[in-house]
Amino acid sequence: MAVSTTIDKVAPDKTPDKTGPRRPVVYRSLSSDRKWALRWSYFFLVLFCIFFLMPPVYMLITSLKTSAEISADPATTNPWWVYKPTLENYVELLTSSQFLTFFKNSIIVAVSTVIITMLIAIPAAFSLARMKFWGSTTLATGVFLTYLVPDTLLFIPLFKMLATLRDWTGIELFNRWYVLLVIYPTLTVPFCTWIMIGYFASIPKELDEAAIIDGATWWQTLTKIFIPVALPGLIAATIFAFTVSWAQFLYPLAFTTSNDQLVLPVGIISSLIKGDVFNWGQIMTGALLGAAPPLIIYAFLMDYYIAGLTAGATKG
Amino acid sequence: MVDMTAGQSAAVPRQIRKPKSPIARFFGRRSTIAFLMALPLILLIGVLVIYPAFYSLHLATLNKRMTEFRGFDNFSFLLFKKDAFWTVVYSSCLFAVSAVIFKAFIGFVVAHFVHNIPAKGQRKWRGMLLIPWVIPPAMSTLAWLWLFDSSYGALNWTLAKIGIGPIPWIGEPGWARFSVILVNVWFGAPFFMIMYLASLKSVPDALYEAADIDGATWWQKIRYITLPMMRNIIAITTLFSLIVTFANFDIVRVLTQGGPLDQTHLFATWAFEIGIRSGDIPLGASVSLFMVPILAIAAVFILRDINKRGNEA
Amino acid sequence: MADVTLRKLVKMYDQVQAVKGIDLEIKDKEFVVLVGPSGCGKSTTLRMIAGLEEISGGQILIDDDVVNDVPPKDRDIAMVFQNYALYPHMTVHENMSFGLRLKKFPKAEIAKRVGEAARILDITELLERKPKALSGGQRQRVAMGRAIVRNPKVFLFDEPLSNLDAKLRVQMRIEIKKVHQTVRTTTVYVTHDQIEAMTLADRVVVMNGGVIEQVGTPQELYHNPRTRFVAAFIGSPSMNFVPCRLESHADQLAVRISNEIAFFMPEQKAARYKKLSGDGQLLLGLRPEHLTDMRQHMEPGCVPFDAQLEVTEPMGMETFVYFKMNGADMCGRVNPNAGALDGGPLKMAADLNNMHLIDAKTGLVL
Repeated sequence: MAVSTTIDKVAPDKTPDKTGPRRPVVYRSLSSDRKWALRWSYFFLVLFCIFFLMPPVYMLITSLKTSAEISADPATTNPWWVYKPTLENYVELLTSSQFLTFFKNSIIVAVSTVIITMLIAIPAAFSLARMKFWGSTTLATGVFLTYLVPDTLLFIPLFKMLATLRDWTGIELFNRWYVLLVIYPTLTVPFCTWIMIGYFASIPKELDEAAIIDGATWWQTLTKIFIPVALPGLIAATIFAFTVSWAQFLYPLAFTTSNDQLVLPVGIISSLIKGDVFNWGQIMTGALLGAAPPLIIYAFLMDYYIAGLTAGATKG
Repeated sequence: MVDMTAGQSAAVPRQIRKPKSPIARFFGRRSTIAFLMALPLILLIGVLVIYPAFYSLHLATLNKRMTEFRGFDNFSFLLFKKDAFWTVVYSSCLFAVSAVIFKAFIGFVVAHFVHNIPAKGQRKWRGMLLIPWVIPPAMSTLAWLWLFDSSYGALNWTLAKIGIGPIPWIGEPGWARFSVILVNVWFGAPFFMIMYLASLKSVPDALYEAADIDGATWWQKIRYITLPMMRNIIAITTLFSLIVTFANFDIVRVLTQGGPLDQTHLFATWAFEIGIRSGDIPLGASVSLFMVPILAIAAVFILRDINKRGNEA
Repeated sequence: MADVTLRKLVKMYDQVQAVKGIDLEIKDKEFVVLVGPSGCGKSTTLRMIAGLEEISGGQILIDDDVVNDVPPKDRDIAMVFQNYALYPHMTVHENMSFGLRLKKFPKAEIAKRVGEAARILDITELLERKPKALSGGQRQRVAMGRAIVRNPKVFLFDEPLSNLDAKLRVQMRIEIKKVHQTVRTTTVYVTHDQIEAMTLADRVVVMNGGVIEQVGTPQELYHNPRTRFVAAFIGSPSMNFVPCRLESHADQLAVRISNEIAFFMPEQKAARYKKLSGDGQLLLGLRPEHLTDMRQHMEPGCVPFDAQLEVTEPMGMETFVYFKMNGADMCGRVNPNAGALDGGPLKMAADLNNMHLIDAKTGLVL
């Protein structure tokens, strides 16, 4: 085939390939095409943003309203507008000892879970990524499978296990926030281990060999080389562990009941909703405050947060 | 041929070897240390995940007071005697399948829009669009509950302005199912968007340029370049989301509590209702165990795809 | 300062021998290069010396001590890796001093050694930078600096220049040679690049398939290769091989390549090959520089022949010409003014003073 020699023989107004199907050719300028594509993209992005941001924005709007305004006749008022902004909902919640207890419980539980998770996940990931032992490959796969086991499958047997353990030991395990410290790592450790394996495995093997030759023990290799180098992964894993334990709803709902032991999400739902009476101003304020810590972390560490999200499927 | 003893007998070189106690040697072995480092993980998974999973199987064979072994009575009771069970199966499947499809679709579309705009603005949009995923679902569902409110809710107010409504968002079974799916799509679509966006960015621009020169339309580019290149991520994300959505608890629990008339119950919320609220642990365990087959199938496929990824890399 | 001895060194990977019992003595202050194609066991050998790979059989001695069971850190060695393996979160100074800090050296001593190494390598201004902010050549220097500050008995280099571009590679090659002249530490250097091996080494060890093919100075390897493999591996473009037979004509000996082509050997070569029987399968080996254009005054032993050129590659100083001799691809090196043209004929000469005869079956140079 003498493709190159035929080019100059083809008249410019004819399609070179006459046998192929032809499409009607409409030439628009490339830049105007692109400009329109861009406009449509922005238009739809704005629409989707309205959809995605509506609930949190509405939370904020409602939290600034008085109860009178919330229950005002919808025919005369616009629910999307705050006529008389007030902070009284915030003041009321942040001075209520009950709400502060929820908040305190949540923080203790989430922070401790993060620490426990890291203490378990980092050494395990290091050993699975680098120091092969009998069954380590199976274990790595097992870690991932564990991550796929949902909480909704385990809460009933765990409930019964806690009951049995209480009957054996006489230690009250129900309705105690610290029980959550034992349960929550099942949600966080597998994923954190999994992504840390990915981050550790992406560190070139020569780096630990250099460390070995430099005379580092395996412990020094972990603390002085691996942890600093994989710090972005570590931050991503920490954020994940924190947000998961902060948002967890099922386990505290099943295992804790009395007001002084509740964490925030359950506390807001069970204490602010009394029967059919909904104090929406306070509920929305509580929900917003409950959403605030993850949102703040997200605002400051967005790139790590997203790296952690995508790491599960792209690493390892 | 190899003769390992020859050198030692000939030159008798002095050996630099510190004497070690048996215990020191045991701990000095790399694989032993490795195992000990993974031990907390193994214990955690064994005691708090694998054991409860099988314990649940045992619980499901007991009677309500957990005093007698009843074999598969609970399962057959659910399958053949309890009508509500089939409602739960139906609404769980409907919920999971339609929510995942919409999440995947919306995520794909939004990811494309974000990918289209200039790179320096992308971070800001991506940041805003992921917010639903960041808010604890129990909290954001409260906001939806308030938006759905039949008399003071903002949604019905807005729809009334354009002449629609009022819609019984959570008051009527059909709409309640729709609302639950809507909230789940709202919550989960950003996750798909982020995953797809990451994978879109990994498609080399040169492929699109080559396709442009070959005369491909935008649709052909999606069909023959984008989708094949993203296939693995799409599969993993979808299967993963299928598991999470199928096992969802928070949204239904907060939004409808299974109502109206138990029409929106999912396996998880129904199991909670029966196992914890009504105290019939064995029956609750049986209900949640019915999730296992679907979860297992999805998990097997994910594992296959993840391994495939590993091999490609 | 030390010498390194390998005795019947063996490495097994799942029943496969990667290193098949090699013996090697490396003298104090010597620069030895292990060279060979990928998978020949050269890197494995180096890593066994470093202690990064377990030794399956045989012994490694550093300074008369068997180090088979000595962990890397106690072997008093330093290693430079192909991808530099700099710690990305540490500055150059921290990278270089990491080993010393782990060994709890006094601060003043560390500062002195790092300063000195930095001066030798000319990286004093880079000490506070992170590896990310360095160019490839600078990273390479830092990696060497990290080795130098340890003041070890043995330097090990594992293909240290493969990640650099061609120009920088030449530069760093000279740099490495200079450093060795300054610190004079026993060095084992692994590369797949025979030019690197030839230019750097006091002695070159050519490895293939887990065994040592030949050990010798660069000149020895080039002029007196012991096997076909070494003959082909050393030198670029590589040696030409063409099947041939020996023929006796009265008191003269000739190599017959085909019915048309036969070359008479010069005296001293004929004397060397006289004992060989004529029927063994042989290969004639000639380097490209010994296939030249026909000139006015040819040395005795140069035999003219006609070549039908296929392709020519003008290099400036010389021109490579490619042609076929009885079906075998040949490369010759001719004067740019010899009138070599693509597809044209050329009168050429083969310098048989530098010929090699190789037993085609055993691959040994006769």
